[in-house]
Amino acid sequence: MKLLTLTTAIVVSSVLALGTSTAFAQTAEEKGLAISKEAKARDEGWVDIVSSMNMVLRNKQGQESIRDIRSKTLEIANDGDKSLSIFDKPRDVKGTAFLSFSHTVGNDDQWLYLPALKRVKRISSRNKSGPFMGSEFSFEDLASFEIEKYTYKFLKEEACDLGTCFVVEQYPVDKNSGYTRRISWLDTKEYRNVKTEFYDRKNSLLKTLTNHDFKQYQAKYWRADMAKMVNHQNQKSTDLKWKGYKFGTGLSSADFNKNTLKRAR
Amino acid sequence: MKQIAWLAIGSGLLMQPAIADELFFEANTKISTEISLYADDGKFANQDYRTNTSFSVEPELYWSWNDEQDSVTFTPFFRKDQQDSERTHADIRELNWVHLGEDWELRTGFRKVFWGVAEFQNLVDVINQKDSVEGLDKEHKLGQPMVNLSLVKDWGILDFYLLPGFREQTYTGTDGRLRSSLIVDKDETTFESSNDEKHVDLALRWSHSFDVYDIGAHWYKGTDRTPQYRVINKNGSNVLGAHYQQIEQVGIDIQATIDSWLFKGEVIYQHNPVDNYWASQLGAEYTFYGIFESATDLGVLFEYGKDQRGKSANSIMQNDIGIGARLALNDAQSTSLLAGVIHDLDYNSNSFSLEADRRIGDNWKISVEARAFASGSNQDLLVNFDQDDYLKFTLDRYF
Repeated sequence: MKLLTLTTAIVVSSVLALGTSTAFAQTAEEKGLAISKEAKARDEGWVDIVSSMNMVLRNKQGQESIRDIRSKTLEIANDGDKSLSIFDKPRDVKGTAFLSFSHTVGNDDQWLYLPALKRVKRISSRNKSGPFMGSEFSFEDLASFEIEKYTYKFLKEEACDLGTCFVVEQYPVDKNSGYTRRISWLDTKEYRNVKTEFYDRKNSLLKTLTNHDFKQYQAKYWRADMAKMVNHQNQKSTDLKWKGYKFGTGLSSADFNKNTLKRAR
Repeated sequence: MKQIAWLAIGSGLLMQPAIADELFFEANTKISTEISLYADDGKFANQDYRTNTSFSVEPELYWSWNDEQDSVTFTPFFRKDQQDSERTHADIRELNWVHLGEDWELRTGFRKVFWGVAEFQNLVDVINQKDSVEGLDKEHKLGQPMVNLSLVKDWGILDFYLLPGFREQTYTGTDGRLRSSLIVDKDETTFESSNDEKHVDLALRWSHSFDVYDIGAHWYKGTDRTPQYRVINKNGSNVLGAHYQQIEQVGIDIQATIDSWLFKGEVIYQHNPVDNYWASQLGAEYTFYGIFESATDLGVLFEYGKDQRGKSANSIMQNDIGIGARLALNDAQSTSLLAGVIHDLDYNSNSFSLEADRRIGDNWKISVEARAFASGSNQDLLVNFDQDDYLKFTLDRYF
């Protein structure tokens, strides 16, 4: 689930142009990659993040269901992040905790702690396209963004909510992805991910993610306070609100193992 | 309630100075109501009913202080059963103090511990006694008093256990269903150790994860959680007496998580006064993700359990195969379904189970459990359950 790194995914997961002066020399693919690398580079060095998130799931009839999750994430140089997530709501899963070591290449390592049984279960990370906690976010939507996970193509520049945006198409490398492609809008000034469209395996528009109320932390890292995912095919939606961001809290690898998973509260 | 006395000694946890302004407190409670419907009256005397209702409460109280370096968890449990007075019982699932050091944890008091990777039976899961009156699955455990030092090293996690005080298994009473023809009489319990239930047991476990592997190895020396039984004539009628031996056991458990496959194995070798034996539980699980272009996952699992003692073994899967399927709808209500059958190759017996659950709203959960038994031999203990096929509805409310 790599929850915490959702932010990374949402904020960074796109594109960035190298500037008009060099654009003519690049193919659309090269430009898309270069933009993505720049976006990733701009979001590196935060070391660790603690935050909590609140999800409101809405079905077609407008019935709501709540998810409350707290998470800790540690940036790992030259690899994916380590994260620990703790579920507070719904109450029947309270105390359930999730440990993830994501990797830039290959499968992630994931463990689930089931408090009623006191059991830690290693689980398969193969289920990238499945829904997270019944929401419209899939596990891959919440995963940390890594350059190697996609190939890219720059489409165009156009006006967007945050001024001008680069529009870049991303093609998942992983054959288990639920998408054929994603299209992301990133503002040209700060490379904030304003919007992403997701196309399913039949290449039909499945979902649209929009990010709202960006705030800057540590005078560097942009995070949206709210992310809204709308599923166009089943008319369900999920609002994800982020709270209590803390950067650089002093976490280390020692905070991410089976013992910390078992006592996570 | 002898165990209450243990509480006080248990951990000395109340002696820990709590700094009031740093103290964090949290309480969560689960209240369950269950209704069981049996297909027939039972086989034995006093089992002439087909419905049973039961009610349980399990609060969890948690305190932490000292910047979460110290915490206390208290989880009492209480059940009231309509038919079986033995099933009406209370327990302290947890009452322990945990102190965190740099790369170690000290856990003192009543705790529940789980070891293992398999689904149908966990041979390596030896620390806690089973709370058998709670149900046929072995998930329900009595709190075990312990001092547990856990060290986190680059080469894995090392756990030392000192287990002062033994808990006897709980048994269904005369009025309960799903029991043997003879009742286990608690007054007839005997121990091999001259200290009886006060024998101090010891355990050591190393566990580690690397690449796709999760591996654990343990050593245990002390009172066997699973007793031997002997028939005793008491006041003209026969009862069973449980006898708890001293054992020494080593075991390993390993899981390989490879794409959609989980390969699982648990193996133990035990030395006890009657015999030395090995037992194993080996299996695999494969999951089909997003079947029929939906969000539903279907997992299929297969396990084989073998005990060298054969028919004389007191384990449930001495030469048995288990086949199961689990369906997870991955919807907002987390609807899931688990179906399974255990087939005994020695006795040609079958035991079927079906479990389904679904959340209702944000604070409720409903579960349905169905079990059916078909013993293939009068020698198989399963023959006792022949008329105990049941359907059980459980409604949980979380606070």
